Amino acid sequence: MALKEAIGEATINGLAYVGGLARLVGSSAKAICIEPLRGHRFRVSRAVHQAMSIGVEALPIVSLISFFIGTILALQGAYELRKLGAMQLIATAVAVSMTRELGPLMTAIVVIGRSGSAFAAEIGTMKVNEEIDALETMALEPVHFLVAPKFLAMIVMMPCLTTWADSLGVLGGAAFGVTSAGFTWGSYLQASLKALILRDIITGLIKSVMFGLVITAVGCQEGLSTGLGAEEVGRSTTSAVVKSIFLVVVVDLIFTAIFYFTATK
Amino acid sequence: MVADLFPNGQTAEFPGGPAISVRNLRVNYGEREILHGINFEVKPGETLVILGGSGSGKSTLLRTLVGLERPTGGEIWIGGKDFAALSEAERDELRKKMGMSFQGGALFGSSTVGENVALPLREHTRLDNSTIEIIVRLKLNQVGLSGFENYMPAQLSGGMKKRAAIARALAMDPEILFFDEPSAGLDPIIAAGIDELILKLKRAFQITIVIVTHELASAFLIADRMVLIDKGNVVADGTPQQLRESQQPRVRQFLDRVPEPELTGEIDYLQMLTGDTPPQRQ
Repeated sequence: MALKEAIGEATINGLAYVGGLARLVGSSAKAICIEPLRGHRFRVSRAVHQAMSIGVEALPIVSLISFFIGTILALQGAYELRKLGAMQLIATAVAVSMTRELGPLMTAIVVIGRSGSAFAAEIGTMKVNEEIDALETMALEPVHFLVAPKFLAMIVMMPCLTTWADSLGVLGGAAFGVTSAGFTWGSYLQASLKALILRDIITGLIKSVMFGLVITAVGCQEGLSTGLGAEEVGRSTTSAVVKSIFLVVVVDLIFTAIFYFTATK
Repeated sequence: MVADLFPNGQTAEFPGGPAISVRNLRVNYGEREILHGINFEVKPGETLVILGGSGSGKSTLLRTLVGLERPTGGEIWIGGKDFAALSEAERDELRKKMGMSFQGGALFGSSTVGENVALPLREHTRLDNSTIEIIVRLKLNQVGLSGFENYMPAQLSGGMKKRAAIARALAMDPEILFFDEPSAGLDPIIAAGIDELILKLKRAFQITIVIVTHELASAFLIADRMVLIDKGNVVADGTPQQLRESQQPRVRQFLDRVPEPELTGEIDYLQMLTGDTPPQRQ
């Protein structure tokens, strides 16, 4: 009995949490799209500032990780393709895996670690210092002011970072292909480009935007619901990272399934 | 209902209407009722000090007055409107005429002092940058922080942070100023400086000021009227002189700094928390 109730309660709490995230997305969308028409300026400069820290400053680590992932994919693929005498398919394997799945997913993981935790910590600390209350008493809506710019920055930066990650993953695979599989840089890149269809890239980018929304929503939600004290900020930050990773994987599953079942042919 | 007789917050004594009129205010945190029907008024231009010990509900009262908490019952009339019943947009309009200085300053740590003070001006007005800069310098000058525009809040001392917070609260030339424990955590000299500043603002601008504090020395220096809150109820309401002369036990205990009687066990502790009278003891 207790187990059933526990599962039920956990499900309801989970759905309520996701509902809260959706509300955050909705309020931010309103702040960006509708409020400016009512005279409440939306400061794009704040979004640009966020975009710098979410995207530009993440480039070094995203580059390294994607490059290595590409090489790992090539190595793993080579294991099996070698037996089939189909080594020339390595370029295809790496390109398709990166653009469809690993580019968006690994980028999301990096962004969770960098920006998801930063959002929770920043907003959580502001909450503890009564800065969120101060915003409200100054008639400034905290979501409009703090959260919406992060969403806008994330929506722009995630596809950019993901595309960059895809490219570097292909290069990582090329490193293996050129050194151990008889490719030249030119032939490998050509084989990769031939293997990619637009759908692979587009589905990957759509996923990356969805991941971005999840990461921002969870990070900001955890920050805004921080209790009092430094310990609470640490707890919110950890919680933001863990929940983001979980929800990103869930969203990944949902969208991958959608793209699979809507594929023609 | 009083509200029906005087819908605009006006009463017979204040034909212009009190600046703030609190009627039968009740506030809950979850199941627990913190404020059990608070009533008081603040005249325009008056400085009201809300006194109370820890756990008395004075912070809850202040938070409700500025709209950070929603009351569960009663009304708050500010500027002729029931604050609690307004929509978010209408509340925001009213909030632009109020300024609040938080206990720790609540300055935005990632912006300079100047940017902190400029924020309400940048967001709520269409003034150009040079005008805003002039106003910021003016406000900082008024609080004695001239030249500190480019300092980060972390570089300021406690007293300076409070001054900066006051400058920010003054940025939009509010009609009502709220202070949450302005002297808390400050040494007596700095605290006296803050008191002086509040008096200066009072004399210069004749704004309505509401201060929540438990510092008696500051309170008696600044207040035109005082309200003593104890366990969620108004226990005394009058001029500083009237409170000094009051013979009510809770007032005397608070003003004479008489400690709570020794608690001998958990029953006593529970009774203290719930507000029941503890059993008589020698």
